[in-house]
Amino acid sequence: MGLSKTQRRVNEIIRYGLLIIVGIILIYPLLWMIGSSFKENREIFGTLSIFPSAGHAVFNNFADAWQITKEHNIWFYFANTMKFLIPKTFFTLLSCLLTAYVIARKSFKGKKFVFGAVIITLLMPELAFRIPLYLFYRQIGLLDKFASLYIADVFASSSFFIFMIIQFMRTIPTELDEAAVMDGCNELQILFKIIVPVLKPILITVGLLCFMWGMNDFQGPLIYLNSPDKTVLSVILKQQLDGEAMVSYGRVFAASTLGLLPMIALFFSGARYFVDGVANTGGKE
Amino acid sequence: MSNSKKIKSIWIYGMLAPWVIGFVVFKVYPIVVSFIYSLMEYPILGDPEFIGLKNYIEIFTKDDTFKASFFATMKYVLIGTPAVIIVSFIVAAILNFKLKGVNFFRTMYYIPSILGGNVTVSILWTMLFDVNGPVNTVLSIFNFGGGVNINWIKDPSFAIFTLIILKTWQFGSTMLIFLSALQGVSKLLYEAAAIDGASKFRQTISITIPMITPVILFNTVNVLVKEFQEFNSAYLITKGGPNNTTYFLNLYIYDQAFQNGNYGYASALTWILLLIIGVLTIIVFKSSNRWVFYND
Repeated sequence: MGLSKTQRRVNEIIRYGLLIIVGIILIYPLLWMIGSSFKENREIFGTLSIFPSAGHAVFNNFADAWQITKEHNIWFYFANTMKFLIPKTFFTLLSCLLTAYVIARKSFKGKKFVFGAVIITLLMPELAFRIPLYLFYRQIGLLDKFASLYIADVFASSSFFIFMIIQFMRTIPTELDEAAVMDGCNELQILFKIIVPVLKPILITVGLLCFMWGMNDFQGPLIYLNSPDKTVLSVILKQQLDGEAMVSYGRVFAASTLGLLPMIALFFSGARYFVDGVANTGGKE
Repeated sequence: MSNSKKIKSIWIYGMLAPWVIGFVVFKVYPIVVSFIYSLMEYPILGDPEFIGLKNYIEIFTKDDTFKASFFATMKYVLIGTPAVIIVSFIVAAILNFKLKGVNFFRTMYYIPSILGGNVTVSILWTMLFDVNGPVNTVLSIFNFGGGVNINWIKDPSFAIFTLIILKTWQFGSTMLIFLSALQGVSKLLYEAAAIDGASKFRQTISITIPMITPVILFNTVNVLVKEFQEFNSAYLITKGGPNNTTYFLNLYIYDQAFQNGNYGYASALTWILLLIIGVLTIIVFKSSNRWVFYND
């Protein structure tokens, strides 16, 4: 309005400056970690510099980190993580999608109860279920099996994801389904041919979140998996830290960096859907 | 009921079946038995034995670890929740600037949050807050007199703050939810206020915050419930110490159940934690009648 061109320009520069400063504060710790994995041990502390000093960059940290234990390399533990994480993500997506579809778009007896139950379990701390489920799995022989980490997801146990998908589905006009019914599609066909393509952003978001949280999950594998040949990545990294922190920080950082890479790559591959997808859960409606 | 309607409802209930099974087996059943276990002496080996309220009585009258753990948890939640809410609101306001390339920053600001309670992050945090680590180096720059040698992780008065800072660093989801709410506030309101000569700050206080109170409520409850269950950071970074100052209830429950095998006692602790969370959530909701403004 009343602002001159220069004023507007100054305003813009201040805003970019602010964005960049906050960005640096947020990202610096990670860059420092990645940079430190190229440093010699004595160079890591006491400096804020991300880069190793000239001529002192080392790469053997990564080679050391790759062969993370005497028996196995880091890939082995990553593969173990995948053994529960891929089924977990798949079943979560499928079962939450079905549930959300029925709740958001169908009228049936007991709908109010079902939706209420989803909301209440959404607010319930996960912790409440842990001990009984552990004892239950012990009874049915699921302990120390990868399935113990995803069996509940086969049955749509994440109310949070159901809720996210419902919120998104509400924005899709119902005329779409009605047209499909006219064409003689059954419910599954409507869902997968008509609704799912429109749901792509939220499904990618749910998939990513489920995957990343599963990757970060430490307590689950710690409680449920015991045999050494089932050790997952998060647990082995922790053991390395305990065993070796006094010896080589560079190696620990390199292992950490390797552990983070898949997550960061995955995040960036889905980032353009992801940011909007998460923002949608606020539930203003 | 016509044939096609019958077929339709078979589809509906068929698609809902996984959730129904899940609700009964993985939600209702565990909650019910967890309460029953809390009234039992339930050792790893041997049969569980019904002992009434004995676990609860012992927790409240004899258990000093519980007391320490309770205060650690409350301190973490009562400082941590407002910290996350305020920081994520401010950052959302910054990201709400109408600028080219702001989407890039939105993505970047989310990165710390994808790491969550990752083991890697805890390693990073241990190093950052080391006596010789970068945090003290930065503080030394501001402290012109000389070096700062706070032992963040091992000093009982500082340890909990390293964990609170970690949680606040990962404000991503909360921030994005705020951001989408900010974008939903009608431009007309701001234009009217600008005509009346209201400053940006004044507009934030009188328009933005009142308009997004439902989202503030949603975020507060969400963060509150999560922080009460904090496990990873304390387990990995401070190991509950020093002097139990970060020995959160979730850690204590974990130790009682999975280290000591006292499933009954741990269940009673869990129920106490659930009640605390429940009461605080209700307080937040009740108070919301006074400060939440629903547009419709």
